[in-house]
Amino acid sequence: MMEDFNSETDSDYTSYWRDWFVSSRGNEYFCEIDEDYLTDRFNLTGLNTEVPYYQYALDLVTDVFDLDADDDLREQIEKSARHLYGLVHARYIVTTRGLAKMLDKYKKCDFGKCPRVLCDGHPLLPMGQADLPNSTTVKLYCPKCEDIYNPKSSRHASIDGAYFGTSFHSILFQVYPALNPEKSLRRYEPRIYGFKVHAAAALARWQDGHREDLHWRLSEFDMTHKFIEESESEDDAFEYGEEVPEANAEKVAGDAASGRMDLGN
Amino acid sequence: MSSSEGAPESWISSFCSLMGHEFFAEVSEDFIEDDFNLTGLQSQVPMYKEALEMILDVEPEDEEDEEDEEEEDEDDEVLGEDRPVNYRRASDRRHARVASDLSVIESSAELLYGLIHQRYITSRPGIQQMLEKYEMQHFGVCPRVNCGGCKVLPVGRYDTPGQETVKLFCPGCMDIYTPPNSRFHSVDGAFFGTTFGCLFFMTFPDLGIGPRLDASFSTVPRTPTQTGNRTQPQAEAESPSPENQPLEINGVRTDSFCPGLGRGKVYDPRIYGFKVSEASRVGPRMKWLRMKPRDIYELDEVMQHEEMGSFPEPKSGSGQSRGDKDGDMDMKVGQSQEASIANRKKAPMRRRRVGDAAPDQMSVQGAEIG
Repeated sequence: MMEDFNSETDSDYTSYWRDWFVSSRGNEYFCEIDEDYLTDRFNLTGLNTEVPYYQYALDLVTDVFDLDADDDLREQIEKSARHLYGLVHARYIVTTRGLAKMLDKYKKCDFGKCPRVLCDGHPLLPMGQADLPNSTTVKLYCPKCEDIYNPKSSRHASIDGAYFGTSFHSILFQVYPALNPEKSLRRYEPRIYGFKVHAAAALARWQDGHREDLHWRLSEFDMTHKFIEESESEDDAFEYGEEVPEANAEKVAGDAASGRMDLGN
Repeated sequence: MSSSEGAPESWISSFCSLMGHEFFAEVSEDFIEDDFNLTGLQSQVPMYKEALEMILDVEPEDEEDEEDEEEEDEDDEVLGEDRPVNYRRASDRRHARVASDLSVIESSAELLYGLIHQRYITSRPGIQQMLEKYEMQHFGVCPRVNCGGCKVLPVGRYDTPGQETVKLFCPGCMDIYTPPNSRFHSVDGAFFGTTFGCLFFMTFPDLGIGPRLDASFSTVPRTPTQTGNRTQPQAEAESPSPENQPLEINGVRTDSFCPGLGRGKVYDPRIYGFKVSEASRVGPRMKWLRMKPRDIYELDEVMQHEEMGSFPEPKSGSGQSRGDKDGDMDMKVGQSQEASIANRKKAPMRRRRVGDAAPDQMSVQGAEIG
C-alpha cells in the first residue's frame, strides 16, 4: 500500500490521507478521526515524544503536508503518520463521537464474528492487551463470552493493539449498557459415544458452582443477572443445553437418521 | 495417508486432496472392505453399492456377473422395496452411465466416505493417522488468545450428516470454534463425529497440548523483549499451583487438563488499568466459563463427597459455598494433606490403567452417564 501511495503523489489524492488510510486494505478496524479532534493539540499530548517526525506526520495526517522530501524520508514520515494516527485513534474511539463511529462498525460486523461456536457468530470488538505501542498486536473481544481472540486474517494480525487500547470495549458498554448482549449458559459438552466425559463434566459442575457464587455476590449488591436460558421458559433452556445432543445420540443408535441425506452444502 | 501413495490417483486420495478436504484422513481400503465397519450405512446412503464401488475404484462392468449374484444375496437382507430398483439398475449398468447418475453417485460416495471416515478415525489405525496430522498442525490452532496457539482437532456436534459443519475442538479450553477458513464451512461435522475429539486425547494422554510459547509470542514481531518483560512476571505469579497435585485427575493428566483455563488465563476487562467491577451493570459475567480450580483436587468429586461426610456443609456441590478468589485457600490446607495421602494410595493403580488400556476401554473409564 506504500507503493500505491507513493506512485500517486498528485495533490487530490494526498489531500484525503485519512480517507485513504481508513479505506486501504488491512485497516478495516480503524474509523476516521475527525479533523477537529486531530487539530486540537490537547488531544495529542505526549505523542510528540512517541512519534518521530511528529510535525511532518501530523501535517500529513491533516492533509497540509507540503515538504519536498526524497522517497526515503517520505517513507519515514509516512510510517510515522500511520503510527501517529493509530495512537490518536486509541484516544479518539473512547470519545462520544468515536464511540458512535465504532459502534456503527460493530453493528456492521466490521471486526468479524466470534469464532466460538456457542456464541453464534456474535460481532467482535478490537482491543489491545496493552496501551503502550509495540507490545502486542490487536485482539478481538467478544462481548458474549467475554473472552479475547486472535484475528483470523494475517493482515490484521500485525496491527498494534495500542491503536485500540485496553479500555475501549469496556467503555463502549458502559456508555451503551443496553447493547450489552445477553450471556448464555451454553457450553460445549464433550461426549464419547453419547456419554459425557467425566473430566470435562466435573470441571463444568465446578464452574457452575462458581457461577452460582456470582449470583450470590451480585445479590449482595441487590442485582440480579439472568442468562438467556434462565430468562426463557424451562423448556427452551432444555432445548438449548441438554436435549439436542442426547436426542441426537439416540437417533444414531436407532439408525433412524436415514432421512437426513443432504450434505449440508 | 501413506497406504495408497504408489497408486496414481485413487478416488480416496483424490477426494482427500480436494480443496477443503484437508482435514480428512485417507481411510485404508482394508477398513472399507470389512463389511462389519459398514454396518448400517446401507440405509443411510442412496445408491450405496455404486458409491462403495466408486470409493474403492472398482469398475462395475468387470465384475458384473459376480456382483449380480452378490446383489441377489444381499437383496434378501435388505428391505423388500429396494428390490425392483436394484434389478433395474443392474440391467442399466450394461449401458454407459448417464452423467446425472454419475453426479448422484459421486455425492453419495462423498457421503458414504464421510460416514466411514467418522468410524475410521476412532479406530486404531485411523486415530494414529489423525495423530500425525495433528502433530503437523494440519487442523490449525485455537483462536483464543489465552490458549496460546493450542493445536485443535476437527469434530462434529452431531453424528448424523446434514446438521452442522465441522468445528474445531481445543483441548486447552474444552471449547469448539468455527474454522477460520471458509473452505471448511461446507464440510459436514458428522464426517468427524462427536466422539473423536475426546477419544483422541484419551488415547494419547501424553500428548503435550500446552500452549506453544513460540506461537503465543510470535504475533509480536517488533520488540520481543518488551513483551517478555510484561508477560513473564504475570505468568510466573499465576502458574504455581499448590504442591502435591495428583499426576492425574478424573482420568486426565493434570498438566494436560485444560491448560488454557484457570488463573491467569481468564480475561479480565479493565478501564484505564482498573478492573471492571462485577457490581457494574455491564460487569463481567462469564468468567466461570474459563475458570479452573487452582487446586485440582477440587475436581475429585468422590473425595469431596467423602470429606463432606465428616464436614457437613449445606448441600451445595463442590466448593459452591466458598468465595471466589481466596475461597480456594481455606479448604486446601487440610484437604491437600489428606488428599495427597489418599492419592498416594490410589495413584499406582490409576497409572497402570492408563498405561495399557486400549482406547475403547479408556473411554468407558472416562465416561459418565449423562
